[in-house]
Amino acid sequence: MCSRCLSLVLLAGPLFAAGPGTLRVCADPNNLPFSNERGEGFENRLAKLVADDMGSKLEFVWWGPRKGLVKNSLDEDRCDVLMDVPASLGSVSATTPYYRSTYVFVSRQDRHLHISSLNDERLAKWRIGIHIVGNDYAPPAWVLSRRGLSANVAGYSLFGAYGEQDPPARLIDAVVAGDVDVAIVWGPLAGYFAQHSKTPLEVTPVSPQNYLTVPFVFEMAMGVQKGNDRLLAALNQALQRRCADVQAVLHDYGVPLVPGGEGKQSCDASRLSPAALLH
Amino acid sequence: MSNTGRRALFIFFCATAASAQIQNQADDGQWTMASKNYAATRYSTLDQIDTGNAKNLKLAWTFSTGLTRGHEAAPLIVNNTMYIVTPFPNILYALDLTKPGAPMKWVYEPKPAPASQGVACCDVVNRGAAYYNGKIYYNTLDVQTVAVDAVTGKEAWRTKLGDINLGESMTMAPIVAKGKVIVGNSGGEFGVRGWMAGLDAATGKIAWRAYATGPDKDVLIGPNFKPFYQSERGPNLGVKTWAGDAWKIGGGTGWSWVSYDPDLDLIYYGTSNPGPWNSDMRPGDNKWTCTIFARRPETGEAIWAYQIFPHDEHDYDGVNENVLLDLNIKGQNRKVLAHPDRDGRVYIIDRTNGEVISAETYGYVNSTEYVDLKTGRIKVNDAKTTGFKTTRDICPAPPGTKDWQPSAFSPKTGLLYIPHNNLCFEMQGTQANFIAGTPYVGALVKMYAGPGGNRGEVTAWDPVQAKAVWKVKEELPAWSGAVVSAGDVMFYGTMDGWFKALDAHNGNLLWQYKVGSGIVAQPVIYKGPDGKEYVAVLSGVGGWAGAVVSGGINTVDGTAALGFTNAMSDLGKYTTKGGMLYVFSLP
Repeated sequence: MCSRCLSLVLLAGPLFAAGPGTLRVCADPNNLPFSNERGEGFENRLAKLVADDMGSKLEFVWWGPRKGLVKNSLDEDRCDVLMDVPASLGSVSATTPYYRSTYVFVSRQDRHLHISSLNDERLAKWRIGIHIVGNDYAPPAWVLSRRGLSANVAGYSLFGAYGEQDPPARLIDAVVAGDVDVAIVWGPLAGYFAQHSKTPLEVTPVSPQNYLTVPFVFEMAMGVQKGNDRLLAALNQALQRRCADVQAVLHDYGVPLVPGGEGKQSCDASRLSPAALLH
Repeated sequence: MSNTGRRALFIFFCATAASAQIQNQADDGQWTMASKNYAATRYSTLDQIDTGNAKNLKLAWTFSTGLTRGHEAAPLIVNNTMYIVTPFPNILYALDLTKPGAPMKWVYEPKPAPASQGVACCDVVNRGAAYYNGKIYYNTLDVQTVAVDAVTGKEAWRTKLGDINLGESMTMAPIVAKGKVIVGNSGGEFGVRGWMAGLDAATGKIAWRAYATGPDKDVLIGPNFKPFYQSERGPNLGVKTWAGDAWKIGGGTGWSWVSYDPDLDLIYYGTSNPGPWNSDMRPGDNKWTCTIFARRPETGEAIWAYQIFPHDEHDYDGVNENVLLDLNIKGQNRKVLAHPDRDGRVYIIDRTNGEVISAETYGYVNSTEYVDLKTGRIKVNDAKTTGFKTTRDICPAPPGTKDWQPSAFSPKTGLLYIPHNNLCFEMQGTQANFIAGTPYVGALVKMYAGPGGNRGEVTAWDPVQAKAVWKVKEELPAWSGAVVSAGDVMFYGTMDGWFKALDAHNGNLLWQYKVGSGIVAQPVIYKGPDGKEYVAVLSGVGGWAGAVVSGGINTVDGTAALGFTNAMSDLGKYTTKGGMLYVFSLP
């Protein structure tokens, strides 16, 4: 895009007035540990942290996670911020990432599987639960198909049935119920439900972190509409200032954190990560 | 049948002494189902408007739907009343054609669940209704079929057929055959298992449901199933051609057209692409996705099936229309169906048994090489496969050489008029994306104009010779349906809002009119109460291609709207959104 077009977008786009004002955050009303209508998710808490720091009034705009989320939220100007997007997501302007997590294996502790490698031979004998992301590539789905294990895969919806509580968690329920031997799940979701599960669960980060160029570790950030640079800068400053608080919230929710990474992070996540990983 | 109807039929028989015979069906000047007739020819025997006077066409009247999403439906004209189904919230309007300006008689609002909007993959469209025995039948986005009294506008029944919570929706136009309302689901992107169902027209009770995947008993395959090709034979192929139990969420929805041959007593429809995994995750032929089925309308029993595209990996649904024609091919009278597929080939198939007679390309295709007529199997070009890699210059793009937009056939010219796309794409499996907080690796799909630089085209196809007779280029994808008349005039609309009349013989532009918003709907031709011939079409850009305008997509992100925005990022320069019916006639 030419620079002139960019400046036009800037002028036409929703300008966030730093200082007093309202920060509208699009969030899923029913998707713990990320967010819910009762404000119980870590995205709810992080949004509050950031809004408070900026002296803004926080307003949640509830929007389910079906197709076209960016289109229906930021692009339609329903809200100013989307929480918890991959930092490299092309359709938004992303803040500096505030955490880095990984896909994990989840199994019942009483199975004593102790699995951590995507190359583990035993996977060929197991039924493996993963989330469906459509024509796109769920990293575990790609690896399992490369290993010729498509027939072992049981797919669970990431959209789920709206009437039920936290629909993506059906995959964790399947582990507990024994419908699958093991699940390969995005870390924050697994970490939280393992923390709250009556049946003790084993959660281990997958290795390697990259499987033949496919990443299993992602840096997560907040997203604003492309070109809304003023809001982006304000969010980055707030994340920086409240770094310790942000990390504490992530710790509370059992988010498995992965230290390091090439991208700049809003603060050093590694200080807390060992505790979170050992959780 | 009325006297007028008999006269029309007589004229019609005289006119069809040429090489091509249309399946015989009366035409009384009404338009009672989206595809005009059971044969789905979209051919009107009216001939007041002809190649000589089409230039004099004038706007007769208009009607605003008050909605801004994609308007894809065909208006129905029954007993001097016009019926229009809108996109979500699927309002049904009845307009009185006997009065000046066609005032509203009544409006019926089914009030579908708002959540269904998030389930629709490609805009919240509806492709129209069907009239039968005093009722109007159509589907709502939240997976219900409704029957409405055509006179009073009162709801006769509604039947819930699926669950929007699971990602199912409904967008197709039903037909009513042998007292059964035939409907199918949408939503292959969401892990939906595709089906087609027959509902009792009087009560709405579900008489049968035939799944596109799974064991034979679910697919309604029994002892009378006699497919032409060896690869379609054998028990439970709807399970065996999948890895594990992936068939349970395997797609193969029936979101488009159904046609019917009363003599053979067979309905015909195509199923959508397999899902919801990318192709790497579902080794095997993935039956019965991308398949044309012939079934009994009363029981749903499968009689034959032909899988157009085994193991589809390009999103080439098999749902496009099947136009039923009786043709003389190489000295033999053949009962065929003509199916211009997403994959860029017009399949001419013997509709009695499923044998492919020809499958030649009607647009630029490099993703496949040919169809082996002995085995029925398509030869895929290995250099143009998709997957977790970068593949450039694959043609056609996922919407295909033609998407849902239906073609029309004139028995006078013997030509099939196909409005279609000219789009190619590249795919890279690298882009980070996310759903509900969970990140993953997205397939970056970018579409762009095919050879020649034009994104659309109209092709007149000779189904006997299996070759194009003429072509007209369009700047944007030709995303509207076609209609053709005994006056040898063919109508279609463009996404930049031109409604055009072409000479059916040679494609010469006879007349055009600029409507308010881009056209992605199905034009119809009818005889008004005053005896005049009218042409009607909904404008209101949208659908998959038009979602960049009607959905307000950020065009900076070329991969939004399932990759279509890149090819359509300038659409906003050509048109704005808004649903409006336009009706034209001679002065």
